[in-house]
Amino acid sequence: MPKLLKDKSLVDNGWQVLPKDFSGSLPDAPCFVPLNYWLANKESLQNPDTIGVWLDADQEPEKFAGDIEKLRHLAVNFPSFMDGRGFSIARLIRERYQFTGELRAIGHIVPDQLFYLSRCGFDAFCLDALSLGDEAEPHHQLEDYLAAFSVTYQACVNQEQPLFRRR
Amino acid sequence: MYIYDQHDKTLIGERVAQYRRQTDDYLAGKIPDAVFLPLRLQNGLYVQRLAPMLRINIPYGMVSATQLRALAGITRKYDKGYAHFTTRQNIQLNWPQLEEVPDILAELAAVEMQGIQSSGSCIRNVTSDEFAGISADEIVDPRPWCEIIRQWSTLHPEFAFLPRKFKIAVSGSKSDRAAIQVHDIGLQVLKNADDEVGFKVLVGGGLGRSPAIGEVIKDFLPAKHLLTYLEAILRVYNRYGRRDNKYKARIKILLKAWTAEVFADKVEQEWLQQIDSPSTLTDEVIAHAEAFFTSPSYESVDVASCEAALQQLASEQIAFGKWRDRNVVTHKVAGYCAVHLSLKPTGVAPGDVTDSQLEAIADLAERYSFDEVRVTHHQNLVLGDVKLSDLPELWQAAKQLGFATPSIGTLVDMICCPGGDFCSLANAKSIPVAEAIQRRFDDLDYLYDLGDIKLNISGCMNACGHHHVGNIGILGVDKKGEEFYQVQLGGSALDDASLGKVLGPSFYAREIPDVLESILNIYVDRRIEGETFLDTHRRIGTAPFKEFIYAKAA
Ligand code: HEM
Ligand code: SF4
Repeated sequence: MPKLLKDKSLVDNGWQVLPKDFSGSLPDAPCFVPLNYWLANKESLQNPDTIGVWLDADQEPEKFAGDIEKLRHLAVNFPSFMDGRGFSIARLIRERYQFTGELRAIGHIVPDQLFYLSRCGFDAFCLDALSLGDEAEPHHQLEDYLAAFSVTYQACVNQEQPLFRRR
Repeated sequence: MYIYDQHDKTLIGERVAQYRRQTDDYLAGKIPDAVFLPLRLQNGLYVQRLAPMLRINIPYGMVSATQLRALAGITRKYDKGYAHFTTRQNIQLNWPQLEEVPDILAELAAVEMQGIQSSGSCIRNVTSDEFAGISADEIVDPRPWCEIIRQWSTLHPEFAFLPRKFKIAVSGSKSDRAAIQVHDIGLQVLKNADDEVGFKVLVGGGLGRSPAIGEVIKDFLPAKHLLTYLEAILRVYNRYGRRDNKYKARIKILLKAWTAEVFADKVEQEWLQQIDSPSTLTDEVIAHAEAFFTSPSYESVDVASCEAALQQLASEQIAFGKWRDRNVVTHKVAGYCAVHLSLKPTGVAPGDVTDSQLEAIADLAERYSFDEVRVTHHQNLVLGDVKLSDLPELWQAAKQLGFATPSIGTLVDMICCPGGDFCSLANAKSIPVAEAIQRRFDDLDYLYDLGDIKLNISGCMNACGHHHVGNIGILGVDKKGEEFYQVQLGGSALDDASLGKVLGPSFYAREIPDVLESILNIYVDRRIEGETFLDTHRRIGTAPFKEFIYAKAA
């Protein structure tokens, strides 16, 4: 099972991500259901400790805004590491919808994006997503990527005050 | 000029360290090509036809003498001793080694320069008016706002992987010299009836494939909301801009698909959610930014006697008079002027300078213009604050250095991209075409009689040479593997912005000087008193040009 980078260390990832067109009954393990499945079945999906929701890059958190506070696990998919929509989605989930649970980046991301991802509100990163192929492993301490810069100009999820208010 | 504090210094130091590590990993085979690509682009490194190309930001075109010296040293040490000023007020090295780029960036960082986001699908270097702070028609100095935008956009975590590159230009004067109508976002700084500063916001301009003129989405944005409003525009674009086709990914396409009204409304909704957040600018931060762009300590000059001496010199030396008429620009402060250093002598690629020229420019800046130089989007340089009494001496010096070609604003002061000699995307060469034109039209009196004409040349439809907004535009096209050139007439990037219209079938390179001559003859024949080329073309249209040129060919 691929590892998860969470709280600056690698942990086992016990969570499955069900496919975007998933239907039928849920597995007997913690899982992220796709947004549409959630919207169609949310009444019966009661346990936020074992059921999370994942959004694809073309989906809008606005669509389930009212549900976000009930959830503890959300994930956003990156179809390609060049597709930056997930950065905006994460900020909306954190800043607009005040989500305080775990927000996980899944799909195709690369280690050099960890700093920006965490600034936008992600706090868990699926390690299979971090690697690009069989041989490509992160080559440095993952927390180094997370701490690439000690100075940031803009306000963001992990720093509400822009630098100009802190200078 | 803006001066880095410890925060800015730390940030670029960390950026250099990060890129050094990324380069090492890439060279060790630990980062695949596809992943390294955006990492290097966002530090300015393209891989080009013959070698990599490194684009170095000159934020809103302001560069100091110290920085020019550092650039000179870098071109000597890491390159072939020359560099290229671009239409986006940046400077490019043509021959750096990929392995050495981290060292180059470290040397740049030492003089507060960098290549952050100078390429790639991200917010690029913000550009502005080369006469910012010194022109008589200025309403508000755009540079403090440019600097605020520079900092906000630098390493912005949400907008580093946009659908496509994103360019912002800011103008603060009555007449637009920053081409704000052909940028992804164009900002016009202005004052409302109550004398409050704000911005008119244009979105969706851009050249390249499917060129477009920007549309106004907000008439007056109070200044303090600048960053939250920009953030709203970028967020809407990041979420909804097309990603399936890179030729349809610019914001102009989204704007056209939605209409400007719908786009403006979407931005407004997003912005209202962020309004008054901590990113709202405070009076202190605005004052802090403004404090970097105060006037230098101008001396008082006896204008009348100075003027008399200059007139006298002009009557004795016609060349001085011509140079002054064409290359010297009036200044808001009596007794001062701004002086163009032309980078368009015949036989040199437009915008190119050597290492020793860069040092000489630094000397001139120190001697005559408070240590500062401005880069223009016409690929020339400007000394912004020259005392009138220094003009004769400066003219002599500029002449010796090859910067006194008295052709600013004329046909031969063309914008020209690197084209097929350097660029792997080119359909055709552009530098030799520029040179052939300069050689044909070498009679200054004829050029002065033609007056202001903007000639812009690009080697392919990416439009790095802004051919769509040249009064005359030349575009390199490929027809079955052969290089041809299409001619367009009637473009403008000024207040009356318009896109040129294609004249007709394209020409061989060798035909271009003749074709231009015919175009100019028609203009001279048909113009009425006081009309520029653009005026005449707007009055009579493309048809008379077309009929004549293609009738002749047939
Ligand atoms: C030699 C290496 C260069 C490469 C590979 C390159 C590549 C490109 C590409 C691909 C585009 C089209 C982007 C699009 O349509 O979305 C473009 C546009 C542009 N480039 Fe370059 N370029 C180069 C050099 C330059 C130079 C030297 C200049 C300035 C003289 C320049 C200024 C611009 C400008 C002003 C645009 C048009 C902006 C717009 O589309 O709105 N580039 N470039
Ligand atoms: S216009 Fe085309 S040929 Fe010229 S520099 Fe740009 S991409 Fe290269």
